Amino acid sequence: MSSTTHEEGTRRDFLYVATGAVGAVTVGAAVWPLIDQMNPSASVLALATIDIDLSALSEGQQITVKWRGKPVFVRYRTEAEIEAARATPLSDLADPLSRSGNAPTASADDANRALGENGEYLVMVGVCTHLGCVPLGQQGEFNGWFCPCHGSHYDTSGRIRKGPAPRNLHIPELAFDGTTVTLIEEYKA
Amino acid sequence: MGTIPQEHYEPKTNAEKWIHSRLPIVGFVLDFAAFPSPKNLNWMWIWGVMLSVFLVIQIVTGIVLVMHYTPHVDLAFSSVEHIMRDVNAGWLLRYMHANGASFFFIAVYLHIFRGLYYGSYKAPREITWIIGILIYLCMMATAFMGYVLPWGQMSFWGATVITNLFSAIPLVGDSIVTWLWGGFSVDNPTLNRFFSLHYLLPFVIAGLTVVHIWAFHHTGNNNPTGVEVRRDSIDVVKRDTVPFWPYFVIKDVYALILFLIAFCVFVFFMPNFLGHPDNYIEANPLATPAHIVPEWYFLPFYAMLRAITFDVLFIDSKLGGVLVMFASIALLALAPWLDTSRVRSGRYRPKFKGAFALLVVDFAILTWAGGQPAEQPYIIIGQLATLYWFGYFLVILPVLGVIEQPDPQPASIEADFAAGHPEAPRAGASGAIATPAE
Repeated sequence: MSSTTHEEGTRRDFLYVATGAVGAVTVGAAVWPLIDQMNPSASVLALATIDIDLSALSEGQQITVKWRGKPVFVRYRTEAEIEAARATPLSDLADPLSRSGNAPTASADDANRALGENGEYLVMVGVCTHLGCVPLGQQGEFNGWFCPCHGSHYDTSGRIRKGPAPRNLHIPELAFDGTTVTLIEEYKA
Repeated sequence: MGTIPQEHYEPKTNAEKWIHSRLPIVGFVLDFAAFPSPKNLNWMWIWGVMLSVFLVIQIVTGIVLVMHYTPHVDLAFSSVEHIMRDVNAGWLLRYMHANGASFFFIAVYLHIFRGLYYGSYKAPREITWIIGILIYLCMMATAFMGYVLPWGQMSFWGATVITNLFSAIPLVGDSIVTWLWGGFSVDNPTLNRFFSLHYLLPFVIAGLTVVHIWAFHHTGNNNPTGVEVRRDSIDVVKRDTVPFWPYFVIKDVYALILFLIAFCVFVFFMPNFLGHPDNYIEANPLATPAHIVPEWYFLPFYAMLRAITFDVLFIDSKLGGVLVMFASIALLALAPWLDTSRVRSGRYRPKFKGAFALLVVDFAILTWAGGQPAEQPYIIIGQLATLYWFGYFLVILPVLGVIEQPDPQPASIEADFAAGHPEAPRAGASGAIATPAE
């Protein structure tokens, strides 16, 4: 055999490659459950949808609801806050996208983020897009939200205006019938 | 076992021969004890033994704490209070474990800076060095997850901030974070897996430690001169070295007693000095503490993470900070190749001494800056300190090796030792009586 060359490969070469390929697939199949067990379990996913009743809120009030272990800010904004948000030109915004689950590609215009007839309701996940702290309400340079951890300032529409956070506060995909908000965002693995 | 010639154990009796031919464990232990160690090793060569002892302290106290701790979000915090109030000596075991982590890190930083000054990372000890960095990374992961287990406010929010770092990774970042959490936020699945890994990783550290020790027992210890032990014959080796047992064992035990006294001062008199009071408030996912700080031993790297407040091209500040933080540790691992000087020990490098002293100061400044709020002037101080850390490894180490005129090195360890320890006048020659202390 040593004096013979097989340019196109021998039966043995084929067996080596085939054995290696089957071995790799087997090892991958065996390892995958060990990796995937760390993804959210069925019981975690089962708690992923909630309803929030807005009818009890009056102007200037805010409630915080726990959803998927995170705070959701639900705010009935004042006229002044709505006006401030709507008066801001889009060119002043660090993040140009709405970051709303219902219209992910829309602009960060306040109308694309707020709910209600006059945009009086703001429902968003109260988790700073920098490193996940909970921002404090009605604080900061834009009188919206201020994250004390690393100094991110959000405006009255929850849009990032100053500081290290890269994105506007996230608005989950939701359904709104005028009084009740249902957070329906699907978990995408 | 190594490249330095030494006398080996020879079984004498029939019983010894019977064992030795089946499992040469007696020879392994005795040869290990008699390992030829440079006789000029100074007090900075004690930290390896301190680290080994503290690894054992952490594992032993950790195993007994687990007998009383409950890894569940509803019970974790109260089970730690149960340890503190109800379990016999529970307060002592927990304070030993918590402060033991701090002392573990004090020792590892001194150990790392010892290596940086005396060039212990240079050929042929690169693998010893890199395994050391891997041990350090495992220590950081272990300490981070351990701090989450009491489920206080700092536990929860520290875990939230640090796991969120991974969301900076483009495209797959958010999926990775969800995978790390096992949910949509830090919650019970996160606590459970951290507990599991916190128990596992110390044994990984123990395994890496064995390889770390094996590697430098093969190459031989570095020493303050950086001049290698001469290996011509066993007699020549004996002029440069003394056996590890009893000489360095006794020295290390003495140092250990002093180090343990300092440890006891913290455990018994100021057990919460290095901790954060907010961690005695149970975790609340709806309210972030006003000022999140990691444990003190993470502050230098936390300062570098926060130093990047600006975007660079397509890399936003968040990803930039994460990259800088990991790069700052990766640079340590690359030191053997970044340092171009052929002189191993900093003792004979006049310019290097200054740069190294600044690095130590820089590390202290980073530690301080990492604990300050994210506002001026701390941001700019942190940025300048970060710049020096990178400059030291990426500019100073490569350039100094080329432009620096080193001082002359001693011909051998024996010569250096003799210069530092002039022979005392012989008792009898002058008629004096030798004092017992000598």
